[in-house]
Amino acid sequence: MSDNSPTLSEERIAYLEGLVRQARTAAAVFSQFTQEDVDRIVKPMVLAGLKQAQYLARLAVEETKIGVMEDKAIKNMVATEFVYNYVRDKRTVGVIREYPERGLVEVAEPIGVIFSLLPITNPTSTVLFKCIMAIKTRNAAIFSPHPSAWRCCFEAVRIMYETAVEHGAPEGVFTCLESHNLEDNKYLMRHKDIGLIDATGGPGAVKAAYSSGKPALGVGPGNTPVYLEKSADLDMAVVDIITSKTFDNGTICASEQTIVIDDEIYDQVLDKFAGLGAHICTEKETEILARTVIDPKTGYMQPMAVGQKATTIAKFVGINVKPKTKLLVTPIKGVGPEHPLSYEKLFPVLSVYRAKSVEEALKVCVDVNHNGGLGHTAVVFSNNETVIQKFGDVINAGRIIVNSPGSIGALGGVYNDMVPTFSFGCGTGGGNSTTDNVNVYHYLNIKRVARRTQAHMWFRVPNQIYFNMNATENLRNFQSKSTLIITNAALEQIGHVDAVKRCIPSETQVRVTIIPDAEPDIKIVKQGVEALNFYKADQIIALGGGSVIDAAKIMKLQYEFPEADLEELAAPFLDIRKRVVQYPTVKTNQARMIAISTTSGTGSEVTPFAVLTDKERGFKVTLADYSLTPDVAIVDPQFVMSMPGGLTVDTGVDCLTHALEAGVSIFASPYTDSNAMQAVRMVFKYLPIAYENPNDEEARTMMHNAACIAAIAFSNASVGVNHALAHAFGARFHVPHGRANAVMLPHVIAYNAAVPTKFMPSPNTRAYVAHKKYAMMADLLGLGGHSVEEKVQNLVTATEQLLDLLGVPRSIAEMGISREEFEAAMPDLAKIAFDDPSWRSNPRMPLVGELIELFWSAYNGRSTKAGAKKATKKSAEEMVTV
Amino acid sequence: MTMIADLYKVDSEKVAQALADARENLNNTEGEVTLDFSGVRRIDPKGLGVMEDLASAADAKSVKIVLRGVNVDVYKVLKLARLAPRFAIEN
Repeated sequence: MSDNSPTLSEERIAYLEGLVRQARTAAAVFSQFTQEDVDRIVKPMVLAGLKQAQYLARLAVEETKIGVMEDKAIKNMVATEFVYNYVRDKRTVGVIREYPERGLVEVAEPIGVIFSLLPITNPTSTVLFKCIMAIKTRNAAIFSPHPSAWRCCFEAVRIMYETAVEHGAPEGVFTCLESHNLEDNKYLMRHKDIGLIDATGGPGAVKAAYSSGKPALGVGPGNTPVYLEKSADLDMAVVDIITSKTFDNGTICASEQTIVIDDEIYDQVLDKFAGLGAHICTEKETEILARTVIDPKTGYMQPMAVGQKATTIAKFVGINVKPKTKLLVTPIKGVGPEHPLSYEKLFPVLSVYRAKSVEEALKVCVDVNHNGGLGHTAVVFSNNETVIQKFGDVINAGRIIVNSPGSIGALGGVYNDMVPTFSFGCGTGGGNSTTDNVNVYHYLNIKRVARRTQAHMWFRVPNQIYFNMNATENLRNFQSKSTLIITNAALEQIGHVDAVKRCIPSETQVRVTIIPDAEPDIKIVKQGVEALNFYKADQIIALGGGSVIDAAKIMKLQYEFPEADLEELAAPFLDIRKRVVQYPTVKTNQARMIAISTTSGTGSEVTPFAVLTDKERGFKVTLADYSLTPDVAIVDPQFVMSMPGGLTVDTGVDCLTHALEAGVSIFASPYTDSNAMQAVRMVFKYLPIAYENPNDEEARTMMHNAACIAAIAFSNASVGVNHALAHAFGARFHVPHGRANAVMLPHVIAYNAAVPTKFMPSPNTRAYVAHKKYAMMADLLGLGGHSVEEKVQNLVTATEQLLDLLGVPRSIAEMGISREEFEAAMPDLAKIAFDDPSWRSNPRMPLVGELIELFWSAYNGRSTKAGAKKATKKSAEEMVTV
Repeated sequence: MTMIADLYKVDSEKVAQALADARENLNNTEGEVTLDFSGVRRIDPKGLGVMEDLASAADAKSVKIVLRGVNVDVYKVLKLARLAPRFAIEN
């Protein structure tokens, strides 16, 4: 026998299948209805419910023998009028919410058929509530009433159904099981056409619903603690508690169960209860009640007490009370199995506890909360905001009601602005999936239509860039009391520092800190920061290549933010705008930073990056943040005229790599493209000239500018897989960065121009365009070609020819690295390259296997040299015009 | 087997009647019956009930029911009512 075919007769199964088929058909038809169609049905249903509120209340009390007719009539009115007031303007069909600024639209999809369990305590009001919710959301429902509330529920469903169909709802939209049978429930709960189970009932019914494997809404058991704190308005509190606890004879599961009262007001509060018709039980009476109204073994209520009047209960257990006694108040001294009256009591018996302090009171409330009421409801009466907040912190309840009655407060819409409901979600504490007051949105599948959004891009550069020969003269414009020049020894020896000093206004105190010409180490940075502090510098001039400028950036960071944790700031990120670690913004010791580059490659004078090593601890970090960008960049070719040939080539090819990678980056924009393309043209024209004729001032100037322009491009568009490969290879085999880039470059162009194995997710690009961007660069260089493929090939060839002309080794093998050594390093190289953040902006997502292939392509080298040499002349002298 | 294609235009306002007519004529039909649904914009429970009856009757007589021109809203209703697999739906 399968799970879905319990011990039911064939006739019973046919009956249940008929109900489901009818509901399924109704739900299918209902799916065609508009919001207006639905709203036209809901309103008359609400009016019918209001009209029949008293009739249905009377039926419920007569049948269940639970509760108070007048209160049940009020419940029926809340379930119709208050619920309608909440749903009347809510959109539940088609587009229900729109967020134009986020490109998001929410669209309602009905659930279909809801199987709904109904309780004995609030039978007709729950029917009215659920019928209105189902129609408002275009769902069909099959109801299964509690066996002791079947007739009143059936009648309530009939009234709702006939009214709904009369006003256009599909026939069969509601049905009610004709008799109660747990096997019926089990069968329906597992039926494939039931979309949702809405289980309002006892723990057994809720557990069965959640165990069915179907999506379910369920309520949890309650045990509402109340803290009556000494600052509260006691008259209001006592009336509210009596109103709530006696409402429908305490059958609402959110009603008050144990009142924890501050010692100072305890006697006064009990007097007030007694004065308003409560009977304060003696110790003996409390003990009698504890034995009789709660099952001592399970802690569950005895059914004979549920929903009965205080006088009825008192008479039943043999306690003498006045004829109009509203409530039996039972003082208790603890919470748990030894104190049965600390459990849930859905009848007018209310426990009270005297607490010596706020701390004790809160702890006892937590005990009550954990004694069967997790996730449900709690109440606090206080005018002390700290107490209210603390109560909200320590109590786990979906509804924390402040200075108002628990039961009516939890229903929502009467004493507060919570959503009106007859189904209290109790969260995981109560074994539920929500802590909400269940409402129409829980009866819907909400679909999100998410339109493609265009991410905001940026283009950030230093405030001021001065360029061309003797641009350093512009230093005269910057006022400073104390300036620290950071540079290296070689530059001081050849007179570059003096050249800078001459341009600084005479009133400025100028000091010089010499650092090694190597990747900045943390020790060096610390020394620099000490100097900045000692001289109280208000201006930093970094004079050097990338290493010096990077060191100065980090010194400035540490000078202005001494608490900055560099290792943490170097945490990886995918999108600089969404990074986890934010750079500090509150600055101290603010100092202007002016960067003067003495090489034509890294462009560090305009970039937001800095590399730092810690030799002692053995780590190397790359810092990236626009706050690192120098305030002023000076691009003065006087400092590169004497640059050696090797450095000219390495830095020049680094510059070309920046431009090419920024050009095809997924973060490329028209702003960065203009810089990237221009830099490519300048490098192809002027790098060969600067290499062959180092004294050519125009070539040096243009290459110096090209480096800065390419850096502006990659500062905003970032680099790509070429840099990831070069970082790994260069670090492992101690190859200068520019040279490591150079041996990879032609292979990477060909790789990016091919159809990717995996595309890089990129909301900024509308199609794969890397090959077209390369073709555009080939056109700018005048390389010819008809198709995109031809143009890309011509760019690869021109790049190879340029590298040949510059004497760049044609392969990694040619650098003297043996195949065995390279092969042995390959696992590390691939891992490090894949971990490198540079490729995150590459147009093609590199697989590890592809990184390995690229490494081997570079190892084996580029195409034949003879043919390339011949073409090189043409590319350098004829093809390029800028 | 001779394939006979009968075409019934199903009017939006008279779906149930048109479907009932089609069912009546199943006795005279062999092969397949095509129903033109292009005019149908909405179906009520009665219409769905008749479609279910028609599908059952067609199954019994091994006649294929083809629905032509079903709009997407009606198609979704047939899916929700689990009736779509019982018909051949042509676009």
